[in-house]
Amino acid sequence: MDNDTTSGLVSHYRRIWLYLFVVAALFFLILPILIVIPMSFSDSRFLDFPPDSWSLRWYRQYLTTPEWIDATFVTLQVSFFACLLSTPLGVAAAYGIHVSGWPLMKRIQVLLLLPLMVPHIIIAIGLFFVLANLHLINTLTGLIVANTMLTLPFVLVTTLAGLRNFDMNQEKVARSLGYNRFWAFILVTLPQIKGSVVSGMLFAFIIAVDEVIVALFISGGLNTTLTKIMFTALRDEIDPTIAAISSILIVTSLVVGFAASFVNRDRRQ
Amino acid sequence: MAPQAIGTDSQFTPQTGRRVEATREIRRERLKMFGLTVPALVMVTLFLGVPVAWLFGLSFYEDGQFTARHFTRMLEDSSYSRSLWLTVQISVAVTAFAMIVGYPVSYVLSQLPRRWAAIGLTFVVIPFWTSLLVRTYAWLILLQRKGVVNDALMSIGIIDEPLYLVHNVTGTIIGMSHIMLPFLILPLYANMKRIDLSLVKAAHSLGASPTFAFWTVYFPLSLPGFLAGALLVFVLSVGFYITPAILGGGRTIMISMLIERNVNLFFEWGAASSVAIVFLAVVLGIFWILNRFLAVERLMGE
Repeated sequence: MDNDTTSGLVSHYRRIWLYLFVVAALFFLILPILIVIPMSFSDSRFLDFPPDSWSLRWYRQYLTTPEWIDATFVTLQVSFFACLLSTPLGVAAAYGIHVSGWPLMKRIQVLLLLPLMVPHIIIAIGLFFVLANLHLINTLTGLIVANTMLTLPFVLVTTLAGLRNFDMNQEKVARSLGYNRFWAFILVTLPQIKGSVVSGMLFAFIIAVDEVIVALFISGGLNTTLTKIMFTALRDEIDPTIAAISSILIVTSLVVGFAASFVNRDRRQ
Repeated sequence: MAPQAIGTDSQFTPQTGRRVEATREIRRERLKMFGLTVPALVMVTLFLGVPVAWLFGLSFYEDGQFTARHFTRMLEDSSYSRSLWLTVQISVAVTAFAMIVGYPVSYVLSQLPRRWAAIGLTFVVIPFWTSLLVRTYAWLILLQRKGVVNDALMSIGIIDEPLYLVHNVTGTIIGMSHIMLPFLILPLYANMKRIDLSLVKAAHSLGASPTFAFWTVYFPLSLPGFLAGALLVFVLSVGFYITPAILGGGRTIMISMLIERNVNLFFEWGAASSVAIVFLAVVLGIFWILNRFLAVERLMGE
């Protein structure tokens, strides 16, 4: 292992300070997130750490407040349908962009990545107007179409990465053997890029769950999302219930994130 | 084609016929493939293109008349320039932090044996996956007056009284730095992975000291990834809304908050949209430059 420093010019011992710095930086990245979880089990209103006494009261508070539970269902529905819609749209677009050698397609790809680049506050106020004209403010439909648009780039990018590692000749063979293009894609290509597609879909789901700014403007009433309620509550006071919800969200993103990288392993090999 | 040419053999052979057929085939194929992108394009046009176009139109209108007033007001009203200046200051601070901390992290991770690098990268990726709102909330409770950070600083005797770490610019910068750090580390790591370390070795065997070899050989090779990562952090920081809104205590008005307040507090859609349009132009301009270093897809940490 001694030759693993930059070309073995400096011994590991001599750059121990560098390693210490990096370990400190890595803990700086992870600790603030992990510390929320024990705090959410605190019995006190003030979220001290380490908690003096433990309890599940903030979880109970979350589960027994209709406002929180309703919002959770809104978020789950919106995220589920948004990733269900953005996945086929993103996969179809990725296939078109990948297969066609037309230079124009590069431009189209950039256009489809715009939701990643435009600041969300701009999307939010613009979308508010468009959805207001369509009478879709404070509706599930409005939230679903907005999140479909916002999550589309994630499916597009992961699927494109999968297609780049796939040998399109296999699909050509299937077609020359008599399958039409659609079935050749479904039966030959899709099974081999499914890791990328599923991981794109999982990311789309988690992005939709976490989306705040657009939801602040276009969700409300019976269809308020979880993150909107969290945000408004946070601005006013430190409600410990949010620590419990945050812990649930952290665990959810961890599970979904690891699942996404697990299913996506096939293309890294 | 000129009419007299039709009869001549050289002009129309079976070969050209086949070529025409092939061109037609390519065109048909292109059209089909374009068709596959149409549903996605419709989504983005309807729910991103139309909203932005509407804001653009709105920024030039008042009481049904064309006006440039919203734009001239941006130059006159000092609240705009104050907000812009604050946004630039915060974003520069966050970018500087990410550069100073992120470079050594990527450098070490890119040279570690595979398994250790994977563990280190997990530490970088987990915050990347976690909701921005949750990370902001975590900092809110860590930095409060009786929070963990103040407790720790007091118990080791650095300070006697709790510091005001949150509901101000300090809190905003701390929270944003934490959130933005992975955006520098991940693209830089990918860049450094591609650097051939034998080049550094070669410099050494030619007499360069390790430090000299690093600065003259390694650093320049890592510069594209480093600058791209820094630019990415900067452009994302400029657009921040959630973190300054919560950790800034309502006094840290960055550009995104200025836009939001114009709409929600003052119902000034014209003012909001003119700021939004200028802001958007700047952000897309930075992305355009960024795109020369780094594929935009890397935004996701791929």
